[in-house]
Amino acid sequence: MDLNKTVGKPISRLEGKLKVTGAAKYAAEYQADNLLHGYVVNSPVTKGKIINIDISGAMAIPGVIQVLSHENRPKLAWFDLQYTDMDAPPGTVFKPLHDENILYNGQPIALVVAEDFETARYASTQIRFEFEEKNFQTSLDQNIGEARAAKKGFATALKPPPPPPTGDFDEAFANAAVKVEAEFHHGTEHHNPIELFATTTVYEGPGKLTIYDKTQGTINNQLYVANIFGLRYKNVRVLAPFVGGAFGSGLRPQYQLFLCVMAALHLERNVRVVLDRKQMFSFSHRPPAIQTLRFASDINGRLTALGHRVLAETSNFEDYTEPTASWSHRLYPAPNTLFEQKVVPLDVYTPMDMRAPGGSTALHAIECTMDELSYKLKIDPLELRLINYSDMDPSSKKPYTSKALRACYLEAAERFGWDKRSPEPASMTRGNKLVGYGMATGIWDAFQFPARVEAMITSDGKLVLNNATTDIGTGTLTVMTQIAADELGLSIEEVDFQYGDSKKPFSMFQGGSAITSSTGVAIVIAAKALRKKLLKKAGEIPHSPFHKIAEEEVFFAAGQLCLKSDPGIFITLKDIIAFNNGRPIKTTNMGKPHMLKLRKYSLATHSASFVEVEVDKDLGVVTVTRAVTAVAAGKIINPKTAKSQILGSMVWGISKALHEETIMDTNLGKYINTNLGEYHIPVHADIGELDVIFAEEQDELINEIGTKGVGEIGLVGMPAAISNAIFHATGKRIYKLPIHFDELIG
Amino acid sequence: MNNFGYKQASNIDDAVTLVAASEKTSFIAGGTNLIDLWKYNITNPAELIDINHLNELSNIEQLENGGLRLGAGVKNADTAYHPIVEQKYPLLSKAILAGASAQIRNMATNGGNLLQRTRCYYFYDPEVPCNKRNPGSGCPAKDGYNRMHAILGTSEQCIAVFPSDMCVALAALDAVVNVSGPEGARSIPFKEFHRLPGDRPDLDNNLKKNELITSIDLPEKGFEGNYSYLKLRDRHSYAFALVSVATTFTLDGSIISDARIALGGVAHQPWRSFEAEQFLEGKTASEENFALAADLILKGAKGFGDNDFKIKLAKKAIIRNCLMALRPETQLPGAQPAA
Repeated sequence: MDLNKTVGKPISRLEGKLKVTGAAKYAAEYQADNLLHGYVVNSPVTKGKIINIDISGAMAIPGVIQVLSHENRPKLAWFDLQYTDMDAPPGTVFKPLHDENILYNGQPIALVVAEDFETARYASTQIRFEFEEKNFQTSLDQNIGEARAAKKGFATALKPPPPPPTGDFDEAFANAAVKVEAEFHHGTEHHNPIELFATTTVYEGPGKLTIYDKTQGTINNQLYVANIFGLRYKNVRVLAPFVGGAFGSGLRPQYQLFLCVMAALHLERNVRVVLDRKQMFSFSHRPPAIQTLRFASDINGRLTALGHRVLAETSNFEDYTEPTASWSHRLYPAPNTLFEQKVVPLDVYTPMDMRAPGGSTALHAIECTMDELSYKLKIDPLELRLINYSDMDPSSKKPYTSKALRACYLEAAERFGWDKRSPEPASMTRGNKLVGYGMATGIWDAFQFPARVEAMITSDGKLVLNNATTDIGTGTLTVMTQIAADELGLSIEEVDFQYGDSKKPFSMFQGGSAITSSTGVAIVIAAKALRKKLLKKAGEIPHSPFHKIAEEEVFFAAGQLCLKSDPGIFITLKDIIAFNNGRPIKTTNMGKPHMLKLRKYSLATHSASFVEVEVDKDLGVVTVTRAVTAVAAGKIINPKTAKSQILGSMVWGISKALHEETIMDTNLGKYINTNLGEYHIPVHADIGELDVIFAEEQDELINEIGTKGVGEIGLVGMPAAISNAIFHATGKRIYKLPIHFDELIG
Repeated sequence: MNNFGYKQASNIDDAVTLVAASEKTSFIAGGTNLIDLWKYNITNPAELIDINHLNELSNIEQLENGGLRLGAGVKNADTAYHPIVEQKYPLLSKAILAGASAQIRNMATNGGNLLQRTRCYYFYDPEVPCNKRNPGSGCPAKDGYNRMHAILGTSEQCIAVFPSDMCVALAALDAVVNVSGPEGARSIPFKEFHRLPGDRPDLDNNLKKNELITSIDLPEKGFEGNYSYLKLRDRHSYAFALVSVATTFTLDGSIISDARIALGGVAHQPWRSFEAEQFLEGKTASEENFALAADLILKGAKGFGDNDFKIKLAKKAIIRNCLMALRPETQLPGAQPAA
């Protein structure tokens, strides 16, 4: 490691102190003059129409300013297209307060605006609605007959349908030497970031707004607001400097943004709208899914047929799909494949991307099926993966730009002590506990989006960077600062990465574990252009030793531009700017994926998770006592923030396997455990010893910095590894998530 | 939340007078349940009578009969960590610490713990029917999602469970609840404090209108030799019991001379079977006898679909907890099953 470099060093997150001291301001914390507070009223009815709204009781309460509903809302953009956003699935975008129709339970149907939050919330209980209720369908199990192919649209490009069949699956499966068929059921999950969705809109004058919003995409929400309300893009500024988690829920504008902006424009006042925890269950979620897997192999364990059929919920107005069905073939070669994915429209809000969408659902089913196959074959589960290991992507028949999955398997297995596993189920015990070891593979996309970065050296010799991306808690600020510091030979303290603002140069929303590669590459490209400009300017100084010197002959270090041939000859960046009359030297550049080159390759991150569980032999109580996950994700810019990403994902994996589920009461057509007391996520007592390994993976092809992104990859393998460990401990194969301990009662 | 009035009571009599002075008043102590219910628009007090500062409610003191009096206003955490409670009534300490979170236990009071409402999803949603919240409106839990619901003592009207851990131990210890009201003070044996839903599921307990819990008395016998609290739930902390068991024994060698077994998470009140306890008395402390006692306790248990597992689970939990009570040192934090 070059001691002067910051990339590769475990630097603590730069905004950490602001966060732990409470100095970091979130969307609901910005103050504005004479701020009004909105509280959203949600439909208690699942499907039907609003017949009448009587707001007199609410309006009579001192401090209530206005109650907005479809009856009295301002006129809005008419065409669906103008409501769309960068992550909208095919269909008709939901339009809050558009008309009297109720499409799902919890739909926002009014906004109470008052002088303070409590008055608004209380007034919301004093509005009298009359509804005409219609029959609804909210059960996936009872509506599988309605399954159909998803419509295609703009979003299909990122979420393609499964590839066509290869070989003759039916024939191969029917005649296979060894086969497994299994059906997996997954429940609904809600993202539930700890920060509640909130918007503070500052009314800057007619048609001009500054909006503090909880979002993963400042520009996405800027365009959404400007389009709907007919405002000029330059007059809508969306800021999100701190985001308290989002996990996908902030990829689309949420309804509190719409309602807050509408109220601010209508009342010409500053307005804040904050959702409460119950309302956090009233929009997007991970869809429940039913998966049928049929895998077959020869007697030596070599896979001959892969079949994966997925039925997943969507809404009755948009066709959301998460690519689920075809992941197995990106890992394992097989001559015969059949992948099918269908949606089942129900009277719910449209599902949405949630941490490793598709992948985490699919890999659980795939890796449990592989595990089951390994027991049938009497082959060690890890050995079965190695027998079917492929350096190239079997589904596209293209090589991976890099794939260090084998190293992940071997390093994690060794760290975990996989060799101490006794193969028979229920054969390892510890007092009252059955002990189980399980493992699973993980794979996730390595995305890169186009991004623009403005980079400048200012009169104090510091590097200022501007990009519209957010930092949703992943460490983006820190890693961007590291990348930039190294490019210009500066210290961390000399770099100021500014972000979370739609006014800044373009960034896509922060999703898919893509931002390090997206904005990071743009920084490298902008830094290169900036170095060139600095050298040129340095050469213009009278008698400059840098006159007509080529880029290859200089380097940047310690805030100086130096000659390689004689590092004693240098000029400080500060002096270059002084020569420029103190004006910053700046450049704005675009980074984008090398589509042409990369078309010949497949791109993915990989992981291997190994888990130990203890299961009480009588009572079924499960504890994940320890887990090791090894990740291959290209270059790791910051091992500390990257490890935190993987740890968080591993905890999420425990949650998905054992705890998390939103319960739909299909008689009532609504979710019923809508609080964090009853929507269970792990607490400290549920988390054992977690260990993270980053496998060495040099990738010269993927992009300028060799990164692939670390977030979702830590999650995808964990649920299956836990399920497999539970099987190994108990001999019981549970085909649903979450696994409740009562299914394991001895 | 509606606007509300606020008064601070100066003593117990004043508190009772203030709360009786008008309708829609409510005592407030820790507020850990009341505020939730209020935010969810399930209760809307017009006036709060604050009893947090009453010295009369704030002590833990030894009684002349050798028992211990727990002030109703003492925080759950202070009770659990009180030296006499830890030494003489360790079952109570363990049960309290198995409940809620450290933060909630720091706020919640002993009196309030007895008065917490059920955590039934449907009770907490004012938009759906619930006989407990809105008598006569119906019970969606019976045909809905009833994983958390009761298997014993249910009625046509209600299958909600009482959620406390502390009260399961108090039931096993034969505690007595002291109350003051407009008609004076009285004492209620613990087994008569909470009630079954019957056709009045809106009533959780037998407190009369405007009565205030002032203290809880523990009898002299603390069962510090053989006791165990076991709590089974969907995560290892901060979740309500699906089944919990409090067990105490007095042993004469391997012969049981006094047995107490109380269940939580299975009924509208902490559940005790005196038949089962009598069965055990004079018997050997063996797994076989514990299993027979469990069958007596669970006689008539009935599931509603999602909670059918509780019948099987409760039996295994009773047996295990009885075994754990023979070796109290094996108990783990959070009332998890012993390793």
